[in-house]
Amino acid sequence: MTEAGIDEPALIRLVDLKKSFGKTEVLRGVSLDVARGEVIAIIGASGSGKSTLLRCINLLEPPSEGELWFDQEQIDYGRIDRRRLRRLRSQIGMVFQSYNLWPHMTVLENVIEAPVTVKGLAKAAAIARAEELLARIGLAEKRHDYPSRLSGGQQQRVAVVRALAMAPKAMLFDEVTSALDPELVGEVLDLLGELAHEGMTMLVVTHEIAFARDVSNRTFFVDQGVIAEAGPSQKMLSQPQNERTRQFLRRVLHSGAGMTRL
Amino acid sequence: MAGLLDYWASIAGYMPNFFAACWVVLQLTVLCILVSWICGLAAALGKVSPYRIFRWPADFYVWFIRGTPTLVQIFIVYFGLPQLGMKLSPFIAGVIALGVNSGAYVAEIIRGGLLAIPKGQVESAAALGMSYRQTMTRIVLPQVVRIVLPPITNEATTTLKNTSLLSTITVVELTMQAQMIISATFRPFDFYIIAALLYLVMTTLLMQLSTWLERHQALKY
Repeated sequence: MTEAGIDEPALIRLVDLKKSFGKTEVLRGVSLDVARGEVIAIIGASGSGKSTLLRCINLLEPPSEGELWFDQEQIDYGRIDRRRLRRLRSQIGMVFQSYNLWPHMTVLENVIEAPVTVKGLAKAAAIARAEELLARIGLAEKRHDYPSRLSGGQQQRVAVVRALAMAPKAMLFDEVTSALDPELVGEVLDLLGELAHEGMTMLVVTHEIAFARDVSNRTFFVDQGVIAEAGPSQKMLSQPQNERTRQFLRRVLHSGAGMTRL
Repeated sequence: MAGLLDYWASIAGYMPNFFAACWVVLQLTVLCILVSWICGLAAALGKVSPYRIFRWPADFYVWFIRGTPTLVQIFIVYFGLPQLGMKLSPFIAGVIALGVNSGAYVAEIIRGGLLAIPKGQVESAAALGMSYRQTMTRIVLPQVVRIVLPPITNEATTTLKNTSLLSTITVVELTMQAQMIISATFRPFDFYIIAALLYLVMTTLLMQLSTWLERHQALKY
């Protein structure tokens, strides 16, 4: 069940992807397909390789072995030239656990930076688009503030908007609520839910099991560098087939985390 | 009272020479600072580079400069290079020697600044498709400038004082000027004190400039 629908070509495709850091094998052969418009939740214990998996897709970590396909083009990660790499990355948005906004720039400047610098968009056009996006998340009046003046939840939503401003074909979310105070998690998950509803292709590494169940189409459980189980989210998360998946879910749900949206 | 006036009169005549020498010191300092920033930035980027071809020369440069006396470095440039066929004027030799010398310390300062920038900021820039140069000029260096301003201006003050070492290679800067006047008047205390006070005025002005710059860059964020 790691394949997407048969008729539509996958937007993102991994075939037997492996990644080692020195002698440590973190990804031991991951294969998956993501169709356009699909929302995939990736769950697993820390150290299971789920973040690495995400980071291999936009080559923040180049894979060691295996095939990587984006938009029906195979990515030769060993020899890709820098311009093609930048073009690939400009089509895949990424949001990080620690937001990574640039503190010396205002909210607005953060959002327009990449469209102007990378895509060559005219500044006025970039500003207009940025203000539209910021208004959408209710932060238009904060656009001239510096990130330090915003709450964690606000900063993270700005980070999402900063990625959206590049009009990416797909978005990667690396535990984007893990660093937030619990009461701020909801506003970020709501935004992700909206994006999913609008048809954005999303891969979401998360501990929020309720979110995975309610918003994502399919869930992958990563365990020790491989996908131990995958399936339609509702079904898989309520009736996991794999014993390790069951154990993991028991641990996560028992701790009270992962159910913030309840 | 009359004694004091006589005393001042005996010094005042030499002040134009001292001021001219101060001007030389300021020119030297500005040029050395410029050279040191260029060398320092290049070496700092080299030291943090993942490529050995950049890292090893940078490491060697900083190690050599920090491990040898500044005076010996000046002599190598002014007296040593002619043996290899390269003759330089004292002024140029001084600028090169002190600029390269200060550059090693500036490199360590800038490297500290570079390391202070959280890696996540660079990653998010890369994830958006920004190039190394764009990330450096738009994200990293603007923040580094603010961080390194205090230690860099401190280093500039050190460079200013180091120009006195150039008196050993016949550059007519402030220390040399004082020595010339002393050999004519046999009043070493009076004139070395004058020289020291003039250095003090220049370094104090430099520190005031740095305070002004820091405040100008002050915590907007």
